Amino acid sequence: MDLDALMRCVGTTSCIVTQLTSGMIIGMLLFLIASGVTLIFGVLNVINFAHGSLYMIGAYAAWTFYQLTGSYFISAFGAAVAVGILGIAFERFLMSKVYGSNVLMQLLVCYAVVLISDDLIKIIWGPVSLSMGMPVEFRLPPLRFFGGVVPPFYIFMIVAAMAIGLLLWLVIARTRFGNIVRAAAVNGPMVSALGIRVNLYYAAVFGIGSALAGAAGALAAPVRSLTPGMGFSILIESFIVTVIGGMGSIVGAFVASIIIGLTRSFGSIGFPLFVDGVMFLIMALVLIFKPSGLFGRPHNR
Amino acid sequence: MTGRWRDLAWAGAGLIALLLVPVFGAPPAIRDFIMFGMAYGLLAMSLNLLIGYSGLVSFGHAMFFASGAYAFGLAMQSGKFSIPAAFALAIVFTAALALIVGAICVRLNEIYFAFLTLAFQMLFYNVILGWVSFTGGDQGLMGGIPRPKFLGIDLADRTQLYVFCCVAFIICIAILRQLVTSPFGYTLRLIRDNQERAAFLGVNVPLVKLTCFVISACVAGVGGILLTLFVSGAYPNFGFWTTSGEAIFMILLGGSNVFLGPLVGTVILRLLNDITVTYTSHTELVLGIVILILVLGLRKGPLDLIAERLENRRQAAAQAVRDAADAGAAETRKGGS
Repeated sequence: MDLDALMRCVGTTSCIVTQLTSGMIIGMLLFLIASGVTLIFGVLNVINFAHGSLYMIGAYAAWTFYQLTGSYFISAFGAAVAVGILGIAFERFLMSKVYGSNVLMQLLVCYAVVLISDDLIKIIWGPVSLSMGMPVEFRLPPLRFFGGVVPPFYIFMIVAAMAIGLLLWLVIARTRFGNIVRAAAVNGPMVSALGIRVNLYYAAVFGIGSALAGAAGALAAPVRSLTPGMGFSILIESFIVTVIGGMGSIVGAFVASIIIGLTRSFGSIGFPLFVDGVMFLIMALVLIFKPSGLFGRPHNR
Repeated sequence: MTGRWRDLAWAGAGLIALLLVPVFGAPPAIRDFIMFGMAYGLLAMSLNLLIGYSGLVSFGHAMFFASGAYAFGLAMQSGKFSIPAAFALAIVFTAALALIVGAICVRLNEIYFAFLTLAFQMLFYNVILGWVSFTGGDQGLMGGIPRPKFLGIDLADRTQLYVFCCVAFIICIAILRQLVTSPFGYTLRLIRDNQERAAFLGVNVPLVKLTCFVISACVAGVGGILLTLFVSGAYPNFGFWTTSGEAIFMILLGGSNVFLGPLVGTVILRLLNDITVTYTSHTELVLGIVILILVLGLRKGPLDLIAERLENRRQAAAQAVRDAADAGAAETRKGGS
């Protein structure tokens, strides 16, 4: 425990700015992953325990595309699309076979996919960790706000994640596609009876959720080291985010991601050993006092 | 013979069979295999009390395996406890941990339950990794676990350790068997099949689930203690999520509807592991593919499938006998008229 350090940090604007931005990038990565988890859960009523693997594959794919093309924007876009396609294949060939069965079967399918993808990553990219380094586009002098130093890439990451989140929310809330998806979430067979091919929408939702994870991986690649198994710890945090924010709620995922991101960044100064504990404490409190999450609908539980 | 006495007789027979293995001069590798199998077998068997009998799909059961292992190992390393005292202490600690986690989790629905147990397990794992001064971090509990003599038993001796583990293992299995054949066990099945009906019948559903969760955690803790005694150390991967995943897979492999199914699954998985390791270093890949084939191809565990086939055949045979009897009766009636 070093609360003095935390108080000292809160006393200086430079430290606040630094911690705020690092908290925000943690939060935005979490948001992209958690919104995918929550979207897939909200519509298909399955928990994708393999979502972390999609994030990992996104990061590795971005790394490879960047080596090939040298352009970060192309590789980030390519990684998101590639992971989205992979997600659709995963849904069609594996997950859709266990929709009707109990959670145990879904869990086992995801467990198998996590094992296979971790091992495939080791075979293709090797077991040692890789790092992408700062892409050429962002090798710019750092920006200064109130004495705090902020790398331009962090700004890009935060803005990009927020833009993706906003776009997702618009698509779900404002378009015909979104209407059908929300209807299918409430009553799939009914939507199907109206002559809409629900399976296509399920696959599309899974694809979108996967592409979000792929985009998160691509955004994380320059600032995180790439290791096989990197997806799992972020998966756990994204679960915590979905529980706090409420299952099925994208707005909830956004708010909860920022809470967790800031808890992590400020906590790492004040109580580094207890950061995980504090995150779980927040989650436990939410579960006890508002079990459906901050923005969740009670019946979704 | 009533069911209870028959079960006890089976337990005795199982114990004698296990104890006879070293007598027949089995190579140490086989004895080691059995010891590992017993430790992981208790993990899988106790998890099946949750998954198979109560419908509580826990993805964090390895937490209690690790908590038993670490609590026992740390108590022994402190030098203040005898083996039985440390054993009891580890179980009490595991029960307390399960009480806290269970109290938060048992009221939730299936999906929440699965990933919250997983999340708590990762918290526990991170505590083990992070608290280096106490747990040794990713190195695990180093320096061996002291095994002082108690009541004339010396667990530093491999044979006595083996006997001790066999007895503890059989006692745990017998307890589980008593539990699932008791009214409590049938209450668990009732909750699994129809929670609302159980509540209407006056069953305190959360309390029964919590009790089941704690008992199951304690048995998993014993498994962890046996493993610690055997490998003379405790390692963070005892509590890693892959260990929970393996335990679930053992249940699938063996079948959750047969009482000893998870144990069979444990043996199959350990054999599968040992075989693939000799051919390739990519055991996870092989394991993953096997899981996919089983889940998507067979849809259930091989033993469950065999049990179902046998049951179907028995029913078909009974039906045939009944048909024959009916036909005979009809014949007689016709002849009589």
